Amino acid sequence: MLETRDILETINMIENENLDVRTITMGISLLDCMDSDIDKACQKVYDKICYSAKDLVKTGEDIENEYGIPIINKRISVTPIAMVAAPCKDKGIVKFAKALDKAANTIGVNFIGGYSALVQKGFASGDLELMHSIPEALATTEKVCSSVNIGSTKAGINMDAVKIMGQMLKQSAELTKDKDCIGAAKLVVFCNAPEDNPFMAGAFHGVGEADKVINVGVSGPGVVRAALTKCDGYSISKVADVVKKTAFKITRMGQLVAQQASKRLNVPFGIVDLSLAPTPAVGDSVAYILEEMGLEGCGCHGTTAALALLNDAVKKGGVMASSRVGGLSGAFIPVSEDAGMIAAANNNYLDITKLECMTAVCSVGLDMIVIPGETEADVISAIIADEAAIGMVNSKTTAVRLIPAVGKKAGEELNFGGLLGKGPVMQLRKGSPAEFINRGGQIPAPLQALKN
Amino acid sequence: MKAVITVVGKDTVGILAKVSAVCADYEANVIEVTQSVLQDLFAMIMLVELGKKNFKELSEQLNKLGEENNLKIHSMHEDIFNSMHKI
Repeated sequence: MLETRDILETINMIENENLDVRTITMGISLLDCMDSDIDKACQKVYDKICYSAKDLVKTGEDIENEYGIPIINKRISVTPIAMVAAPCKDKGIVKFAKALDKAANTIGVNFIGGYSALVQKGFASGDLELMHSIPEALATTEKVCSSVNIGSTKAGINMDAVKIMGQMLKQSAELTKDKDCIGAAKLVVFCNAPEDNPFMAGAFHGVGEADKVINVGVSGPGVVRAALTKCDGYSISKVADVVKKTAFKITRMGQLVAQQASKRLNVPFGIVDLSLAPTPAVGDSVAYILEEMGLEGCGCHGTTAALALLNDAVKKGGVMASSRVGGLSGAFIPVSEDAGMIAAANNNYLDITKLECMTAVCSVGLDMIVIPGETEADVISAIIADEAAIGMVNSKTTAVRLIPAVGKKAGEELNFGGLLGKGPVMQLRKGSPAEFINRGGQIPAPLQALKN
Repeated sequence: MKAVITVVGKDTVGILAKVSAVCADYEANVIEVTQSVLQDLFAMIMLVELGKKNFKELSEQLNKLGEENNLKIHSMHEDIFNSMHKI
């Protein structure tokens, strides 16, 4: 029999602590849509997505109604388009972005990810064209998200790609300067990109995945924080235990939703990604969890240790709760999307160097950080290289999602509104890395790549 | 399917009757009820078994009842609690 206390706990989590299933993401392989005629290929892409995911939104809503659990987003991830576009003889790869956008609108999802290329060890046919088209693709579509993997522990870091991505990131912001530089918010540069990540903007459907798959992302920073408010005076070991138990409960709910969605859509269940993904809603913040552990402000000394504990405990709870855990699973630290991070940045607790340091132990990387609009492309490239190096050496995923705020200087604010929130423009470090970035070439894979 | 309905609010006459009337309208059989009144706060948890009628409609009707009577009424699928709290 169910216990009264358990029932009330669950209802409280949903009512007051922002517990939700953040996303049901259907991964769709487009490998069978290749064609030497680009228009035919785009039509096949559109048709396959619309056919495969025609019931996705409705099924999500049905589960939401039947179980009483909020499911915030329904999304699609597809095979990296650079591969799908490789056999096309004609140029004009942006047509694929438009086909994706059209498909997303037809089926009613709010984002579609996979305008991507994997170039960690070099450029294959289609990769360079895709990378150079990213700013235009993001400016002329609404729902398409793009990602590029420029490094991995196995391959090292492709510095030619790093140089290009610095320029593309800046151009993406410039082409959308009338829309709060939103283009850059839809672009992620990865090292060790996971192939089953359900979260945007970095979701794509890896080539090793099945034809179709359902991945579910669960969130709940508010729940973890609320659990920690009852831990006054506990030792750190106990705090870790509380986080672990809470993560377990949250993930179990995600597992239930994932299984239901998989059964109803008749698509295999992929993974549950348990990530503490903050939203600008008050209380739904990762920074506040860290502060609840006893830090005066997120970013003060001790923050990295607290985040390491949090990230690890979340993974441990999640692993126990789901038959398959994957994606990014851990704690996200997107500055503009987290009310606590914004406050910490405004109060000078948090700067870019501390954030970089935190990314060595969080589950993603430098995420949703607003930088001055006049930042040189090679400085952005150098930030990407630094971040990729952290991921490469530590065998973890790292990512960079920076927004150069065109026309704004450090100390001003960029406001996207909605889920993307707002962020103070951050001061970057002095000095030019131009010569280093312009060398090009490849940073060799580290010794830990040679595990065979 | 079974659903868990929770009702919290200021204690007044007939809360249990009103909620179970809605359940009856939607052919939901009440299996178990626990309730307590702390000072003037009423708290009740019901486990109901649903017939053929739609859970969504029952849930909407209960929400409406809650709003009219200044009560917080929540209805959720039993599986949520089972998966979260039982290994």
